[in-house]
This record gives sequence, structure tokens and C-alpha cells, in this order.
Amino acid sequence: MTGKRVLVIGYGNPGRADDGLGPALAAGLEALRIPGLTVESDYQLSIEHAAMAAEHDFVVFADADPLAAGPFYLRQVAPAAEGRFTSHSVAPGEVLHLARYCFNASPEGYLLGMRAAVLDRFGEGLSGTARESLDAALRYLPRFIAEKQGCSLETGILL
Amino acid sequence: MSTTAKTRKYTILPVTRVEGHGKVTIHMNEEGEVEQARLHIIEFRGFERFILGRPYWEVPVIVQRLCGICPVSHHLASAKAMDRIVGGERLTPTAEKVRRLMHHGQMFQSHALHFFHLSSPDFLFGTDGTASSAFGAPVAQRNVLAVAGKYPQLAVQGVMMRRYGQEIIRATAGKKIHGTGAIPGGVNKNLSLAERDALLKEVEQMLEWSRGALAIARDFTMDHLVELLPFGSFDSNHLSLVREADGALDLYDGVLRAVDKDGRKIVVDVNCQRYLDVVSEEVRSWSYMKFPFIKELGPANGWYRVGPLARMNTCSFIPTPEAESARKEFLDLTKGRPNNVTMCYHWARMIELLHSIESIRELLTDPDLQGTDLLASGPRREEAVGVVEAPRGTLFHHYRVNRNDEVTMCNLIVSTTNNNEPMNRAVTKVAKDYFTGRTAIPEGLLNHIEVAIRAYDPCLSCATHAVGGMPLIVELCDASGDVVDRRVRN
Repeated sequence: MTGKRVLVIGYGNPGRADDGLGPALAAGLEALRIPGLTVESDYQLSIEHAAMAAEHDFVVFADADPLAAGPFYLRQVAPAAEGRFTSHSVAPGEVLHLARYCFNASPEGYLLGMRAAVLDRFGEGLSGTARESLDAALRYLPRFIAEKQGCSLETGILL
Repeated sequence: MSTTAKTRKYTILPVTRVEGHGKVTIHMNEEGEVEQARLHIIEFRGFERFILGRPYWEVPVIVQRLCGICPVSHHLASAKAMDRIVGGERLTPTAEKVRRLMHHGQMFQSHALHFFHLSSPDFLFGTDGTASSAFGAPVAQRNVLAVAGKYPQLAVQGVMMRRYGQEIIRATAGKKIHGTGAIPGGVNKNLSLAERDALLKEVEQMLEWSRGALAIARDFTMDHLVELLPFGSFDSNHLSLVREADGALDLYDGVLRAVDKDGRKIVVDVNCQRYLDVVSEEVRSWSYMKFPFIKELGPANGWYRVGPLARMNTCSFIPTPEAESARKEFLDLTKGRPNNVTMCYHWARMIELLHSIESIRELLTDPDLQGTDLLASGPRREEAVGVVEAPRGTLFHHYRVNRNDEVTMCNLIVSTTNNNEPMNRAVTKVAKDYFTGRTAIPEGLLNHIEVAIRAYDPCLSCATHAVGGMPLIVELCDASGDVVDRRVRN
């Protein structure tokens, strides 16, 4: 297969309840074994993800979002050149910006926000709300990935 | 919070480019003098209770949930405690070296991240063309994106060094999230030849970049001595692990040593199992975070600093040649006496960066890493302490485990807690030096506060990062506590 390269980064802390939505999505996608898809999981988005993003054509940043209106949303993210106050983690737009400035690469970025209900306690396991969001995102995302890869979801054949 | 009559209070929330959430309040009296400044750590509590009842063998994995920034440090500190629970504290050579490699990988990536992407804006954009301040960079430049724009080669180095350290962690811990490499009594895997060769390929480049980073930190310090020496500085005690046999810098294991401001040993190489004989913690009404101190000296005089600066001051030498040479040059600044300059944390951190990559290079060529004897065991114990030097300083893990293998007691003193009093003192020092006589907060002075805190690279134990960021909020309160001014920066 020589389709477009797609990367999904699921990030969050699985030990903080619904904050683990991102890694749970990454685990779910890995289990699907989608050909040509790169899946990464981490506690938080950080600068080294820029190097990984630069090696792909499309990047999906998957995170928990307590303010999501529906189970999930997927929206395009632009490189954030204006800067912001950051902690040890960075935002998706900053990863794309670093990919551009450091590695001369311009992958297309998307933020997958999954609705979260519980973020303020220790413990593994997702709430019912988060589980619903995860399932919905996992049903939708393979088709989106296939579209970006430029191949048929059913056959894996390049379109 | 109580304030005296006619006292003005500034609130800075949160402190930017510091992990987690923090708040700084600066209390000024009617004469415009700073009365007091406090750093409030909004710490997520309850983790120790979360551990109770868990089987001991789960703990080295569970504790990584505490923090997304230094999970490896918690992994190793708890594993060291559980080594003793299973009587396996005398690790096999393979197990000990795999763990040391993991630990240096963590130290390397953490120090590189802090330097290149959190602190370097303070260095690289220090002079804004109008201010004489060494760290008066315009707000738009105080972030990693500005570094990437103006010094792309440095930003690339930072990214690649961080990634290299993460790859070491992945190779030794099995994965980056909730790694399982260290288990009670040893490790569950060695380093394969393929993993070793992949890491060896890049090690010389990492060494070269580390030398460059050290040079930047050293030169920046030496070029701005007049401004940096007093900035947030004060005399203090210093505490860390040192190697038991000879007092060498040892980030993974050793005995507890503390020196005072003049270099006198005030804690003399104490076994970590006895840490409660040495260290106690004070509770203060206005802070969630405790204030540790050396018991014998009491809370007023016994507080101490931990982390890279402290480690340079406590160790007798560094057991890798280039870092030791750098340490000697570092100590020349204070004529061989302990260095109490807060801003020298950055220089010290880069010496440790060099030490870690020297150690990684040495370990990678050690055939013990491919050994197959991975586990040790011995007589079972019911109580144990594990201590490591995490990137930000000494990290204590203390557990009791009952005969049903369940954890019945857990006490953690994390690095940032150890530095609680010093960070408060640094904030107060900067506030008194720069805010006195002012009725408003210029942008540059806000950054001064943040620069002082960032020197300690605190991790404020808040590892949830859902969509949506915290803005920087600045509140000005009058004598009655009403907010009369409020600024928000996103």
C-alpha cells in the first residue's frame, strides 16, 4: 500500500478516569490493525510528537473534552504560530507548528475531542458517558482514516 | 487568606510553563512594599489512599498514574521499595543496569525538555532590545514556538533529545505509558541487541548536543552574573542521594547526604530506610503542600533544596569525566563552596544532562544489559522505603505491606514538595527586589516571578490534560480583598 500516511495520537492519563479516553482510543484502533496506520499513545502531547507528525501526511490528535457537545467531534487544527502559555505539554496546533519549523513538514491536523464526564479522580476505567464517546469515535474513525489514506475501508484498495 | 489592612494583593494564576497548576500571591502594604509572597500549589491529593489495599506487585505500575511528566521516577522509586518487600534488593547486574539506563533516559529527556523548551526562551530572548534584564523577553517570545522560529536548530535538538530519552524508556520499560519494566526484585526484560544498536547509533550526536546545551547555560550565566547572582537567591541547605561507597553523584541509589550553606555535612550519609529519622514535614494552613525539613534543625532552619543544584553541592564528585570537569568549573564560581544561586539550577541541570548521556553511552556497551538473570529474591519484609533522585530532586516512596500482600500504608514525598520552601523563598526574594514601590504589574515583572519558579522545574502533580487550556490570570486586590484589576492571558 502506498496511500497517505496517517498518524493517530491518543493522549491522556489512564489513571485519571476519563482523561484516559485518548489512550483508550489508541488501544481500540491498534486492535483494529488498520494497514498503514500509525498509532501512538502518551500521557500528554509533547514536543517529540512533532518529529513523528512530520513523518505523516495526516495527524489525528485524540483527547478527552469535558465540554464536547456531542459524543465526539472531529475538527481541523491549524499550526498555532502565535504561541500560548504552555506547561510541559503542548497543544495540537503547536505540534504542527514545530513540525513545520523544525522539520519542514506540513501534515494536515485534526483534533478528535471525545466527551468526558469524570476528570477529577484517580482510578482506571471510563464513565458511561466516556465509554459512549469512545465507542462512537471508534465506529467513525476507521472510515475517516481510510478516506485520508485514499483507500476503500472494505477492501483496503487504493481509490 | 488573611491580609493586613491596607494591603494590596496580586494573584498570578497559574504559573505558566510549569507543569500543573499553581498560583502566586504577592501581598503589598500601603507603603507599596512587598510584605509577603506565596506560591500556592494546587495539588491533586488522595493518591496515597488510592494505593491502599492494592497488591504490592501492582504498585510500580499504578504509581505512574501520579504524574505524566516523571512516571519513570515513581516507577523506579516504588520498585526499589518493593525489591525490599520481596527481599530482592540486591539486584542482578542486568536488572540494576537496565534500571539505571531507564533512569538516565528519563533524566536525559526531562532535562532536555526543560532546557530547550521551557527555559531557553528566558536565555535566548533575554534582552528585548529595550530592557537590560537578562530575562525581560517580550511575552510573545517566551515560548517554544519562538525558539523554533528564531533558533530552529536548537528546537530540533530539543525535540530529538527528548525523543531519544523516550526511546530509552520505551526500550527498557516496555512502553511509554504505564511501563512495566521494573518489577519487585528486578526487571521483566533485558535490552535486546537490536534495541541497543538503535540507541547506540544516535548516542554520539546526543553527547555533542549535550555539550552544546551545557555551553549555552554556562555562558549565559557567566555573561549575566551581575543580574543572576542575586536573582531569587538565598543561602540554604542542600539534600540528595550520594553513592554510599565514595559520595559520588548517584541518581538511582545511595545514602542521604545534606550540606549547609557553607558545605558542612549536616546529614552524613544516612541509609534511606531511616529517612524518617532525618526528614519531617510541616503543615501550613495556607498551602495544600507540606514543607519538609531536616528534623534535627527544625522547620525554621532545617528546610533544604533538592534537584540539580543541590546535587552539585552534596556530591563529592561526578563519576563521568566530562560532567566532572564541568562540575569543577561550576564550583569555581563559588570558590569551591556550595552554590546557592537559584539561577544556577539551569547550569547544574545541563551538567547532569551531560552526565546522563555519558552514563547512557557507557551502559549501552555493557554486555550485562543482554543478560538473562533478571530477578532476585530473599526474605520477605513488611515495610520498605525506595528513594531515587528524580529530575527535580529527591523522591521518597515508603510502604507497608501485610501478609496478604496488600499495601496498608503509603507515604510519598515528591521532589517538588521537597523544594516547597525554597520556591516560596525565591518568589519572595524576587517580589521584594522587583515589586516594591510599584502599583501595577508590568508584563516583564510577571515573567520574573515565573523565571524564579521555573529554575526549580517544579512538577505540580496534575496530569490531566483534557482539551482546553488554563489561561494566565492576574488579579489585583485592594486592602479589603476586592479585585480591582484582573488580567487574563491565553
